[in-house]
Amino acid sequence: MLEVAAIDVYYGRSHVLQGVSLTVRAGEVVVLLGRNGAGKTTTFRAIMGLTPPRRGTITFENKTITHLPPHAIVRAGLGLAPSGRRLFGALTVAENLALAEQPGGPWTRERVFALFPKLAELASRHAAFISGGEQQMLKIARALLSQPRLLLLDEPTEGLAPVVVRELGGWLKGMREEGLSILMAEQNARFALALADRGYVMEKGRILHEGAASELLTAPELAVHLAVGSRPSLAKTD
Amino acid sequence: MNFASVAIEVLSALTAAANLFIIAAGLSLVFGALRIINLAHGSFYMIGALLMASLFALGRPEILFWPALVLAPLLMAGFGAILERLLFRRIYHAEHLVQLLLSYALSLMLADLALRIWGADTRSVPTPAALAGVLVVGGASFPLYNLFVITLSLAVGLGLWVLLRHTRFGWEIRAAVEDAEGLSLCGRNVPALFTAVFALGAFLAALGGAAVAPLQAIGPGMDSAILVSAFIVAVIGGLGSIAGAALGAAIIGFFQAVGTLWLPTWAPAFIFLAMIMVLVIRPSGLLGAAQRAWAEED
Repeated sequence: MLEVAAIDVYYGRSHVLQGVSLTVRAGEVVVLLGRNGAGKTTTFRAIMGLTPPRRGTITFENKTITHLPPHAIVRAGLGLAPSGRRLFGALTVAENLALAEQPGGPWTRERVFALFPKLAELASRHAAFISGGEQQMLKIARALLSQPRLLLLDEPTEGLAPVVVRELGGWLKGMREEGLSILMAEQNARFALALADRGYVMEKGRILHEGAASELLTAPELAVHLAVGSRPSLAKTD
Repeated sequence: MNFASVAIEVLSALTAAANLFIIAAGLSLVFGALRIINLAHGSFYMIGALLMASLFALGRPEILFWPALVLAPLLMAGFGAILERLLFRRIYHAEHLVQLLLSYALSLMLADLALRIWGADTRSVPTPAALAGVLVVGGASFPLYNLFVITLSLAVGLGLWVLLRHTRFGWEIRAAVEDAEGLSLCGRNVPALFTAVFALGAFLAALGGAAVAPLQAIGPGMDSAILVSAFIVAVIGGLGSIAGAALGAAIIGFFQAVGTLWLPTWAPAFIFLAMIMVLVIRPSGLLGAAQRAWAEED
């Protein structure tokens, strides 16, 4: 479904991604693990056309999307729920959703509200004034309304209370049952691997390791890269 | 000093303020969404007035006024869209100095171009017959055309408010002000949106020029004169805020009226004084802060 083949990404002169390759097959949940600055967000930015790679190719459903503009990549069927507070805070929840809405796909506002009933209650609230968990819902809902067949989630558990993280796991299982493929970047390896089929471990802009989720969870040599169970609360610089 | 002369002064200051609002709103809108400082905005205003004069010269004024008032800004909007695609698009991520140099160079070129097309003589546009009269209230006679310019600016303000609050295009503009990249992730074509916003800004500048045409001599120099005032209004209100532009225009109008009435020789200084006072107290302009607070929190 998604094929990232040996991409090199630069920010100015710094060589941030070095020959990153990864694959997501239809129906899969794949997780990208690694610490802050490992290159997870940059990989997502490259896939979405925000920071196009200087070398290498990205194909989605057999179409080359490497140098398409972001909006064209979204319309091709890729959706990203970005990390951090990347919502339109001055706009209401309803306006945030309306901006992402593409008619003619499986996701309607009614379905999104059925998945996140809280968002229906908050529809006229400004996005700047909703809680972290609600913002996460809104980011995912917004990405769903653009009718993706592959959903990219960047650090979905970041800043969420444990009870909300558990809830998030439920939403993701539900979306997976709907046939959505998911590529997720996470530092919370235990959470991510419990949902995923496969995973990649990144460090310093390279893919270090690839394996089945069950294998990654138990591989002792990876514990040092994954920081399983503990979440460093450093500011995001990736 | 009697009521009549005070009233006339106030009306004339209000008219200038109303017109400034139309122009400054365009400047502010473009800065808010595209983050560029466009020093050629005054040139768009001048070209709007000159186009108005040229369209007028085509035939009978009483018939041509209304279509010309719409057509002149539309032509400028189209020209603005071309300039955005060819020039401004390339400098969105450049530092402010590059943006200032490019737009300043463009304003010089447009001034020369205008000189070549329209010549150095000033032109005048007659007031349309329907608005040539005066409204007499309490012994003071108010020119109808001034009242029209004030009404037009109120309509522009209302129109922009409806556009920004209640249309998808407006939501896209407000979203782009906060996070243009995030908007592209919503599947929206941000470069096309920027072209449209830039064209809208050019439309407003030219509308200001076309509307003010019957009130003043039209010719070289209009561009730089209005640019300073429009920037003061936009900066006082907070660059990027349309409501701020309205407030800034009202404040400038007030200071201009007071200055003209009591200290005519110092009138121009009052405007700068108002700007300095506002910037000392609120460096981001009167209504420019709310947006920044959210951006800093991120």
